[in-house]
Amino acid sequence: MTNVAKTDIGPPLYKDQLPEIIKNNYGQWKYHEHVKPGVLKHVAENGDELYTVRVGSPRLLSVETLRWFADLADKYCDGHLRFTSRHNVEFLLTDASKIDALIEEVEAEGWPVGGTGNSLKNLIHTQGWIHCHSAAIDASGIVKSVMDDLYDYFKKDDLPAKLKISLACCLNMCGAVHCSDIAILGIHRTVPKINDEEVSKACEIPNVVASCPTGAIRPNPKKKSVTINEEKCMYCGNCFTVCPGLKIMDPDNDGVAIFVGGKTSNARSGPRFSRLAIPFIPNEPPRWDSTVKAIRNLVELWVENARPGERYGEWIERIGWEKFFDMAGLPFTDKHIDDFIFSVPTFRSTTQFKY
Amino acid sequence: MAKKKRPLLDQLKEGKYPSFVKEMEKMAEKKPAVEDHLNLLERSYEDKTVHWKHGGIVGVRGYGGGVIGRYSDLGDEFPNVKEFHTMRVNQPSGWFYSTETLRKLCDIWEKHGSGITNMHGATGDAILLGTTTEHLQPCFDDLSANGFDLGGSGSDLRTPSACVGPARCEHACFDSLDLCNHLTQEYQDELHRPMWPYKFKIKISACPNDCVSSIARADMSIIGTWRDEIRVDQDMVKEYANNGKDIEGILASCPTDCISYDTEKKEINIDNENCVRCMHCINKLPKALRVGKEKGATILLGGKAPIVQSAFLSWVIVPFMKLESPYDELKDLLERIWDWWDEHAKVRERVGELIYRKGMRVFLKEVGLEPDARMVKYPRANPYIFWWPEEVQQND
Ligand code: SF4
Ligand code: SF4
Repeated sequence: MTNVAKTDIGPPLYKDQLPEIIKNNYGQWKYHEHVKPGVLKHVAENGDELYTVRVGSPRLLSVETLRWFADLADKYCDGHLRFTSRHNVEFLLTDASKIDALIEEVEAEGWPVGGTGNSLKNLIHTQGWIHCHSAAIDASGIVKSVMDDLYDYFKKDDLPAKLKISLACCLNMCGAVHCSDIAILGIHRTVPKINDEEVSKACEIPNVVASCPTGAIRPNPKKKSVTINEEKCMYCGNCFTVCPGLKIMDPDNDGVAIFVGGKTSNARSGPRFSRLAIPFIPNEPPRWDSTVKAIRNLVELWVENARPGERYGEWIERIGWEKFFDMAGLPFTDKHIDDFIFSVPTFRSTTQFKY
Repeated sequence: MAKKKRPLLDQLKEGKYPSFVKEMEKMAEKKPAVEDHLNLLERSYEDKTVHWKHGGIVGVRGYGGGVIGRYSDLGDEFPNVKEFHTMRVNQPSGWFYSTETLRKLCDIWEKHGSGITNMHGATGDAILLGTTTEHLQPCFDDLSANGFDLGGSGSDLRTPSACVGPARCEHACFDSLDLCNHLTQEYQDELHRPMWPYKFKIKISACPNDCVSSIARADMSIIGTWRDEIRVDQDMVKEYANNGKDIEGILASCPTDCISYDTEKKEINIDNENCVRCMHCINKLPKALRVGKEKGATILLGGKAPIVQSAFLSWVIVPFMKLESPYDELKDLLERIWDWWDEHAKVRERVGELIYRKGMRVFLKEVGLEPDARMVKYPRANPYIFWWPEEVQQND
């Protein structure tokens, strides 16, 4: 039997995946309330009530666990659930009396309910050493270690505002973490190692030359390879993406950089980038103790000092970056000053500052 | 054969948060590839580096994208992950599942691959993580027979994604799920067959809270908004007041100071002409305040991560557009943008970088958009004003 598979059918139609209560009240929601951490209540124009129980997941899920989620959804939610862009699983209930039983069953197996309202949101991250070829750091292991440490902040919702922490294992940022309250980023710090033989076999030289944003790469016609100007290279790894012969990974020098103060929502202040707070922390598998500690310090500082409603970046903008570095006990170094193409608008041209 | 010890990964089975190592171990009992995957990861933890190589060209018949080729650089030592490719499966809009659909996906993936997934990969696809070249086509055949399809990868339209929208949110200013599904279906060819300078991402949030962070994660960000007045339910304002809500404190954070609270009458007054529709007051007082009735979206373009020229947040190119099926105005604009980008971009140049190189002025003219003060934070400060030939007197 050789049936030819149909192509271009697109995803399953979302309408067929919705629970009855959502089909009935699609576009007719009136307001919502925070029942308790991890539990939302949405009320429709006609008075219907929908309860969402949000469960944090480590992104990497086995089909065994997915089937267990399906069993729970059958038992408590008339057979429907959804996933979120922050790797949560959301159970959708119509019967409020079942909420506590569901939470108990989920938490008994070690899955946390939380991440709603002014809480630490579930960490999002990329593949890291699990499955990426250019990762400077692992993703899952750091996220697990940070979440173990900040677990209580996921489970309560009395922080100054919501707190989004994200991780990308290299500058490619599949996870686009550059607008997070706290961004954990894998960085390389050394020039790619040129394997002339592999470059000559596997890479198109003009593409490789063109891939470098700083013009550091020149053809090396003798070896049918390239040379790299070490002074110009900023270790972005873009050349490695187009050419496997320019390995950018360096176990002794790769590590973590931490950026703070970004957001994407328009609420109060507009979307903004995260900015460099800590330029480098070495890779420390399996539990990345220094990274975990640094992030706890950053979180606690904000929790203690921000006004109600202030996101991380809004708090820093109010007090000023110089104060932030003082309060955080972080050295401000030449690494913190931008020297790429859009640097000038980040320099200060006023006599207004604090001591 | 005795199982290898994994003292480093074992330390990630401790702690309160769910452990990805335990998830992998659940599958390792059945799948030799996942046992090897764990052992390879333990080696990465010892060596502090990756053990995966660049992907070769692998895929399924008829498609240029949707499969990410992945090979281990220690394939001889860990033969079961020598080839360990990823398949990206396009999820239903809003990531809703009936348990029947979810179980089908699980069964197919357990049959053809590792049984390891990410139910939300970075672009919004379901990631089926790890299988061999030989299993790709049979896996796709089963997926297709059960109503699934692959998502985008490479230089193509990446799988569009959307916030939960009208399915469960009172703030939704248009039907984000329908639009997402509509665009995905309309542009199947663009999604499955890479033929562009580079990738193009579309993300859709139905209000300015931008729950899918489209402004940072998409070349085209579609963000819901409204044009008329915020709807106020003064009875609910009184209810909040009587329950001790700090209404004044909340309203004090309005970025334009255009909303006030009359403590005597227990009423909220809004100077709507000065409201910038940031959502703050509505988020904090959802029973009393609602988005207006004349709803649509702001269209923004150019967002991307740092590689190559720095990260960009998308820029406003259409301050307000009504979005109703079949979305002709939007699709028309999208196609004009794609044509312009496809014609002018260098290899691996995102549309935002092309606009930066060519100038917003040229972009707007060539795709036929009118300049609008809402597109900029400030007007130009330098005097280097370019003029079109027809705007100056030609002396020859
Ligand atoms: S790592 Fe980046 S800057 Fe360095 S040579 Fe490669 S492309 Fe150029
Ligand atoms: S939406 Fe924002 S700008 Fe408008 S009144 Fe509310 S807080 Fe003020």
